Amino acid sequence: MTAAAPPPGALQAPLVVEFPFTRSLGPVQSAFLTGLRERTVLGVRTEAGGVLVPPVEYDPVTAAELRELVEVAATGTVTTWAWNPEPRPGQPLATPFAWVLVRLDGADTALLHALDVPGPEAVRTGLRVRIRWAAERAGAITDIACFEPYESSPQDDTTPHDGRFEEPVTGIVAPARLDYTYSPGRAQTRYLHGLAERRTVGERCPSCAKVYVPPRGACPTCGVATTDQVEVGPRGTVTTFCIVNIKAKNLDIEVPYVYAHIALDGAGLALHGRIAGIPYDEVRMGLRVEPVWSEDGRYPDHYRPTGEPDADYDTYKELL
Amino acid sequence: MPGKEPVAVVGIGQTKHVAARRDVSIAGLVREAALRALEDAELTWADIDAVVIGKAPDFFEGVMMPELYLADALGAVGKPMIRVHTAGSVGGSTALVAANLVSARVHRTVLTLAFEKQSESNAMWGLSLPVPFQQPLLAGAGGFFAPHVRAYMRRTGAPDTIGSLVAYKDRRNALKNPYAHLHEHDLTLEKVQASPMLWDPIRYSETCPSSDGACAMVLTDRAGADRAPRPAAWVHGGAMRSEPTLFAGKDFVSPRAGRDCAADVFRQAGVTDPRREIDAVEMYVPFSWYEPMWLENLGFAEEGEGWKLTESGVTELDGDLPVNPSGGVLSTNPIGASGMIRFAEAALQVRGDAGAHQVEGARRALGHAYGGGAQFFAMWVVGDTPPTG
Repeated sequence: MTAAAPPPGALQAPLVVEFPFTRSLGPVQSAFLTGLRERTVLGVRTEAGGVLVPPVEYDPVTAAELRELVEVAATGTVTTWAWNPEPRPGQPLATPFAWVLVRLDGADTALLHALDVPGPEAVRTGLRVRIRWAAERAGAITDIACFEPYESSPQDDTTPHDGRFEEPVTGIVAPARLDYTYSPGRAQTRYLHGLAERRTVGERCPSCAKVYVPPRGACPTCGVATTDQVEVGPRGTVTTFCIVNIKAKNLDIEVPYVYAHIALDGAGLALHGRIAGIPYDEVRMGLRVEPVWSEDGRYPDHYRPTGEPDADYDTYKELL
Repeated sequence: MPGKEPVAVVGIGQTKHVAARRDVSIAGLVREAALRALEDAELTWADIDAVVIGKAPDFFEGVMMPELYLADALGAVGKPMIRVHTAGSVGGSTALVAANLVSARVHRTVLTLAFEKQSESNAMWGLSLPVPFQQPLLAGAGGFFAPHVRAYMRRTGAPDTIGSLVAYKDRRNALKNPYAHLHEHDLTLEKVQASPMLWDPIRYSETCPSSDGACAMVLTDRAGADRAPRPAAWVHGGAMRSEPTLFAGKDFVSPRAGRDCAADVFRQAGVTDPRREIDAVEMYVPFSWYEPMWLENLGFAEEGEGWKLTESGVTELDGDLPVNPSGGVLSTNPIGASGMIRFAEAALQVRGDAGAHQVEGARRALGHAYGGGAQFFAMWVVGDTPPTG
């Protein structure tokens, strides 16, 4: 994949979104994953009598609740495959491998996993394989390290299983990660260039004449491009605020502090910032403020009182 | 067949909302609500023609397009299944999409469902991604809303105790609702007023909890309602509106999309004086002060007068205009389901099936949902008789 080259001077930065998500498994997935820990592969029998591996909680045909578990074999047959020449981080094997769908002996459906073979010439539909168990197993799909070729005769026997194990796994943690390249676009890039010179430059809508700060390149009300650049501020008015008394995980700010909406002079809407240089309980609506920059910050570190008289409510009530 | 098909709510089901349902998967959770709705309607999976499902953004639980994997659990295999996606209002708009399918005679009987498993979710982080170059929000979720509450107080001169009255009322109502998450038997008004100030002017006890839960409804046509074993709630109007999260001139205290949506839904229902003609309201109040704010936004009170209804007890369970007899979002908040719970609770009221939190003689009720940064609105008016005309 190749991304279009950004225009000269356009800003770009990586944006990585990554969380560990917890999952409650419910009775069927709990038995399935705990079984893997014990080298036991469980399927579930449908109302029509078929065996689904991996098992599901509800019948895909009749919607009935399914709870009749059976043990199937650790050997099976490849039903289809695709070669993966460049494994990515987090995939089952670090060396090139085949993604395979394997119908385990005794099952009527196939399970997706990795097959460890030297090259695509070693894979074919119909290949007989078996599970290679991970040395350390915790009750997760990764307890199956991968599949490997293994000559054996198909055995379609299944054994009933009550799904009960000592210390069942009832939940898993599923890490999720998304990698983006973020481009703020032309309007925000112009805005950021202005901020680098400690100027706040908004853009005026040619239709309604409101000045957008920060600019988005278009007026969301009129739907037309904003083209005229207008410097606003640096002073402004606190339109409303709250006093934050609880520490947010991602912020290194001592509480209590004031989080305020600030309408910079000339702006058509308020932006937000922290108020300092005044006791938190003396901040009020209408307070006149100005930005205070830190050495290396892209945005003002905070805003402080200018000492001017408070703005009259009527001058900012439309900006609330 | 001229005009639209009347739409009837003939089945309602909820899970008992709690902080964490570790005993069930997401599939198990939605299944529970769906089965209860089917049971209430005395129908089976075979009677359902289509399924319409909603939840908050996928990144909350990190399951991408969960509707794909939930088709088995909801008997949707071989049937149309539609996912609706409008942030916190989604439970309401999901119900409206389902109602429109029946109203337009696309399907006769539709199962609609919304859920959230907040205990497995990263709602806070999913909503505040560290976007490069952008200034981070300097406050948590409540910090986004608290300045708007202050603006409301300034605009109306409301005394600063109003929020605590709402929280106390809703939490007491929740004691009468077996499905509500919070059952704070020992709560007193003094305790609400003494709870920590998190984002001044919002106190801890004036914020919604984080819940695991699902809500489902069976909607059907006139013939379906004739066969139903219990009284139906009839849809008299349904409306949705949206507006940008942020624009010059946006009124966060009383968003125009909310005003327009309310005017539309009341017009459809033939309601000209909502304050007198609506018997019960289930509105989306995630922070207590939103009750007086929405009372004005929805047209139950003149601008600046909403808090007076709250203060004088009009919105109490035995008041003239009970608001959130179920305990509301302040007592139960599985985000994606919260809007549908409002719609379902409004329907329960006009069916006379709300149990201990029944508003006596409720014949017409409003269900209200909103979401995003006051960006999406969804509402319905339900009544105890079929709509005329």
